[in-house]
Amino acid sequence: MEFFRIRKDIPFMKHALVFNAISFITFALAVFFLLTRGLHLSVEFTGGTVMEVAYSQPAELAKVRDTVAALGYPDVQVQNFGTSRDVMIRLPVQKGVTSAQQSEQVLGALKAADPAVTLRRTEFVGPQVGEELVHGGLMALAMVVVGIVIYLAFRFEWKFGVAAIIANLHDVVIILGFFAFFQWEFSLSVLAGVLAVLGYSVNESVVIFDRIREAFRKYRKMTTHEVIDHAITSTMSRTIITHASTEAMVLSMFFFGGPSLHYFALALTIGILFGIYSSVFVAAAIAMWLGVKREDLVKPAKKEGDPNDPHAGAAV
Amino acid sequence: MNRYPVWKYAILVIVLLVGALYTLPNFFGEAPAVQVSSAKATIKVDTAVQQRVEEALKAAGVTPDFVALEGNSVRARFDTPDTQLKAKDAIQKALVPDANDPSYIVALNLVSRSPLWLKALHANPMYLGLDLRGGVHFMLQVDMQAALTKKAESYAGDIRTALRDKNIRHGGISRDGQSIDIKVRDEATATAARNLIADQFADLQVTTTPEGTEFKLRASIKPEATRRVQEQALKQNMVTLHNRINELGVAEPVIQQQGLDRIVVQLPGVQDTAKAKDILGRTATLEVRMVDEGTEARSAETGRGPVPFGSERYLERNGQPVIVKKQVILTGENLTDAQPGFDGQTQEPTVNLTLDAKGSRIFKDITRENVGKRMAIVLFEKGKGEVVTAPVIRSEIGGGRVQISGRMTTAEANDTALLLRAGSLAAPMEIIEEYTIGPSLGADNIERGIHSVVWGMVAIAVFMCIYYALFGIFSTVSLAVNVLLLLAILSMLQATLTLPGIAAMALALGVAIDSNVLINERIREELREGVSPQAAIHAGYERAWATILDSNVTTLIAGLALLAFGSGPVRGFAVVHCIGILTSMFSAVFFSRGLVNLWYGRKKKLKSVAIGQVWKPESDSAVAKTN
Repeated sequence: MEFFRIRKDIPFMKHALVFNAISFITFALAVFFLLTRGLHLSVEFTGGTVMEVAYSQPAELAKVRDTVAALGYPDVQVQNFGTSRDVMIRLPVQKGVTSAQQSEQVLGALKAADPAVTLRRTEFVGPQVGEELVHGGLMALAMVVVGIVIYLAFRFEWKFGVAAIIANLHDVVIILGFFAFFQWEFSLSVLAGVLAVLGYSVNESVVIFDRIREAFRKYRKMTTHEVIDHAITSTMSRTIITHASTEAMVLSMFFFGGPSLHYFALALTIGILFGIYSSVFVAAAIAMWLGVKREDLVKPAKKEGDPNDPHAGAAV
Repeated sequence: MNRYPVWKYAILVIVLLVGALYTLPNFFGEAPAVQVSSAKATIKVDTAVQQRVEEALKAAGVTPDFVALEGNSVRARFDTPDTQLKAKDAIQKALVPDANDPSYIVALNLVSRSPLWLKALHANPMYLGLDLRGGVHFMLQVDMQAALTKKAESYAGDIRTALRDKNIRHGGISRDGQSIDIKVRDEATATAARNLIADQFADLQVTTTPEGTEFKLRASIKPEATRRVQEQALKQNMVTLHNRINELGVAEPVIQQQGLDRIVVQLPGVQDTAKAKDILGRTATLEVRMVDEGTEARSAETGRGPVPFGSERYLERNGQPVIVKKQVILTGENLTDAQPGFDGQTQEPTVNLTLDAKGSRIFKDITRENVGKRMAIVLFEKGKGEVVTAPVIRSEIGGGRVQISGRMTTAEANDTALLLRAGSLAAPMEIIEEYTIGPSLGADNIERGIHSVVWGMVAIAVFMCIYYALFGIFSTVSLAVNVLLLLAILSMLQATLTLPGIAAMALALGVAIDSNVLINERIREELREGVSPQAAIHAGYERAWATILDSNVTTLIAGLALLAFGSGPVRGFAVVHCIGILTSMFSAVFFSRGLVNLWYGRKKKLKSVAIGQVWKPESDSAVAKTN
């Protein structure tokens, strides 16, 4: 079997402007939604109490909401979680009442209304923990960005590092945009997923850069334009197959992993789809505009085919 | 060119064997067990306890799989939950005669069913996180500022006493935040006070500032002493928590320091959060009282008469009753420290107490008036008192430094000091994070996690085998080896497996297949260009390697960042993610190459390789190779 039977290099870079325009518009939309709607942060970030209770029959959310509201919690979210019998209740942090009292009080009231209810899980997070998580998340993001730019600058050239990171950071913003638009819950595991995607889709760009370097060496007469087209075309098959495989795994988590992994898998799916697009089309185009040249990658001092050359021929 | 030397195959075989060995314990599942651990800091679990457990089981007619001493607990494993419950009752009856005053905790637990020879190799299953086995998690924040303030307060009192002893006149001593202000009239006094503090209080640093005609001395705790105070406060709080959690009868509680000022408490299997919190937050109190030595009291002590009015009967730790007056002389609040030590003259083990200024004054008066009499130090927990020690007062004790000596071994001195310290928390704590996971949710999470990994792998394996034929099978086997190694390393590290960890495993496999796709595509490409099969395999692996390295390093950077800055669930994710990347490099490149070499390496005149159809643009069908 062979899915990809491409005779000639596809002139991707001719349309570089269009690709970048598309991605810029998506990016702008994502920023817009992030600013106007904001992220629906999980209790890990905001502080507060989350309770998950299970009923023997499908639960009536309105009744549950009324029961909890009657206890004097003004801003309560009650929603189904996973199945129609599982209910998630989210309570804000309340001064003077400890988390234990809060959850017991609520469970007591629910039990009074329907004795069949059982507590599956409670979670309480103090407000100070949330602030640290945001700080930790931003630090991790910064470290990933700096680490990758330095590594790529060292292995290739700074232009590639910058191009890869711009392309992939915009993926991160787009994932966040989706979470803001649909008001999906942004939890710690989603954050982990987003950062993993960042590393994952940079490696996509790396594969193409590797190929660009090789093409510069091999086809001395090609222009930068053609070299990039050639690199993208020849890695196309690998790109699609790899991502399809990874996506199969992610979908498996989406369908079998239950509610805890739901948003994690969703973040990865968006990340993988946009990751392909941005690291293939956008990263290469940015590198082109930054003016990568043959001389940047093929060091004239080094002998061709030197087996000890650390920059020697890696490609797909 | 596609041959490995023998030593490379040897490495592969050894790695596979070791991997299989350490993954094995995870597949045996868990068996019901009864775990006996110490409920008191003074009681050690040793082979004697193991024997008692064995005898109790024999007497009850229950045969365990084995009874073993592991660390600080004795574990007995059983076939069924029924025998487990029967055994628990028997052991409980034999070891804990008085339920109100347990010396041992007898708890139900689950232990791995893996055979003993695996255990002897330290091959143990992974530890399941709370989200997979159910339980309660707390994170407590220790208020270090309060601990320092408390320390400064006690220093203020000590300085006051010291200055008075040396007849140095001062115009008032006050605590301002965490430093102590001393006002003095003239420079000579200031110098004298300063020298005294430098002499007697090594942990304080003093600055002098003139204030009008007077001088102000400001003593603050040195930074290194501050650190020590904080470390001690944290440690003491952990000891106290440990003692309290023991009462809950949890088989494997986790009490860990996190950062400089936090303590994480995890209680697997506990569902009653309210009770757990109640016990964690309880304060034990320590009281110093006089022993009633009247004739009535003496007869009450031997059980021949009623306890006299105004006195109470408590038990000493060795079980001997002591009649103690109700009037409280001092409480634990006045006790700043308790350390084991040795008497300078007799070389006997001692317990050295340090009292704060108020405590010292009271203590001096009391001891002066009661030389030759006994005093009792009583520890109250759960509203129940126990006499920790009841020494005889030999002489008046001033200065707040009390030495308790006589009839003690070094171990006893250590334990007494610990009990006295653990009586109270060094600094207040606050719960800043808490979660409870029901056991059914835990079981669901395991199942979901395993399903995700298995079905994802099946999908990838089917596709790879169809698309890349024999090379697809090689890739699939390498992927399976990747799982094996990942599980083995996690088991060896005794890492805690959580749901995010399983997710990371799934993702690691999804990403690991990339390396194989890179290699296979590259080999096809070489074949397409007309290179001979052996050369194509060689070039495919060689050329794909640099790309694989580059892309894995970038992914690893992201993983390390998560590891460095993440906490809780993110950390669990990051650990598996990073290890998964490393094992995938081994299995996808080194191991799969080994398989290919073994299969094709010896065939000198290889005409074709089974890597699926290789399509050539020149003539669409003629040269296409299918196996």
